[in-house]
Amino acid sequence: MRWDWWPHYLPNMFYGLSITLQILVFSVVVGFLLAVPIGLIQVTGSRTSKGIAGAFCSYIRGTPLLTQIWLLYYGLGSLFPLIPGMRENFMWIIRLDAYWYVLLAFTMSFAGYEAEIMRGAFLSVPKGELEAARAYGMSPGKVLRRVWLPSAVLKVLPTLAGDVIGQLKSTPLAFTIPVMDLMSVTSKVRQDTYLTYEPLLHLAAIYLVLTFIITRLFAYFETFIPVRR
Amino acid sequence: MQDVFLAATFSWELLSLGPKGYGDELLWGALRTVQISFFGYVFGFVLGLLGAVGKLSGGPVLRGILNFYTTVFRAVPELILILLLFYAGTDSVNSVLIYFSRPPIQLNGLLAAVMVLGLVQGAYSTEVLRAAIQAVPTGQVEAAKAFGMSPLKAFRRIIMPAMLPNAVPGLANLWLNITKDSALISVVGFTELALATRQAAGVSKQYLILYLVMQAIYLSISLSSIKLFGRLESNLRRGQPKLS
Repeated sequence: MRWDWWPHYLPNMFYGLSITLQILVFSVVVGFLLAVPIGLIQVTGSRTSKGIAGAFCSYIRGTPLLTQIWLLYYGLGSLFPLIPGMRENFMWIIRLDAYWYVLLAFTMSFAGYEAEIMRGAFLSVPKGELEAARAYGMSPGKVLRRVWLPSAVLKVLPTLAGDVIGQLKSTPLAFTIPVMDLMSVTSKVRQDTYLTYEPLLHLAAIYLVLTFIITRLFAYFETFIPVRR
Repeated sequence: MQDVFLAATFSWELLSLGPKGYGDELLWGALRTVQISFFGYVFGFVLGLLGAVGKLSGGPVLRGILNFYTTVFRAVPELILILLLFYAGTDSVNSVLIYFSRPPIQLNGLLAAVMVLGLVQGAYSTEVLRAAIQAVPTGQVEAAKAFGMSPLKAFRRIIMPAMLPNAVPGLANLWLNITKDSALISVVGFTELALATRQAAGVSKQYLILYLVMQAIYLSISLSSIKLFGRLESNLRRGQPKLS
């Protein structure tokens, strides 16, 4: 075991960690915000909108995230130069930066998985609660805001912890396109030092710690859920 | 300019079988994906059965080891595990060979991929099967004992058929996961569907079309698997009372 590379790469590791955490936090927050309307559409939407939302979820859940990242970065990215004037445009800079593709891919992925879970949560709210809210003369929007959504989100919270950990565990996939996340820093260490195991074990340990922190964090949040005793 | 022109044109020739198109490469890759997923899944299932039985009836040491296995393997990202296990597997085989003063070999890619996927899968299978076995009513297990069945016979005749329907939804999820996780094997250079497509796209520059076709193949594998597992569950549940 050789660990003398460690101090040298520490700043890079912290940079990589910050990118990984940015991907995680952004995709979880924005993905969940997208998942709520997508899940709601799957329950209340018209036949076409239900179909579209359902197809989106099947696509996200039925194909590997790795291929979704590649499709966005290499596939969609290969189209941008075709648009006239694109090269001169400021968007060209964004198109070059793989970071935005990773954010988009991870956000869509989390939205797809959570939308399916939100759909189940919306359906599992007792009908009586919604009928009671309507009987009080609440408008549909108010029913959603005051009764349906809070109760659905509370149901999702325990499974959300597992899904966030799942999302954390897919963040290393970002290294397959040029993004300097923790995994890319680690593979750079491996290339520079010709070490096989130490950098990977180090990375695995970091992910274990992150998983532990997320588990604790959600356990703490769950104490806020009101339970009937 | 050549690239731009290539990307804008598309003909079905791209997907044809034979030397000009990449259809055969993609289909071969898809076959490889199903192969490593299937064998990895079976290997993981066997590991899971052993792990679940060990967790439920083993001593404190065995239980401790199994708990460590399932906890660590489920907490560390699959990609990192696959890299670690792939190199560790190749190295350990070679060190054994060197010990017996044989020349080192390049490990069979298929075998290595199956082993790696199976080991990761085994950790998840252990938990699914453990929960399913625990859901079997204790009265049935006690009745089997009272009939004088040996533990092995009781497991084969009573526990297995009673727990499988409970395990099927979890096992179906694991199968869907392994078909998707098998794409990660591409990072160690094993040519399955994802890597085959990547290579084809790199040569032809038709990234968008080829990646879409690849995803369509993955999606059809997933969707047909969901159908099959639905049928399997209703088949295994025959004779049992309907759920709610």
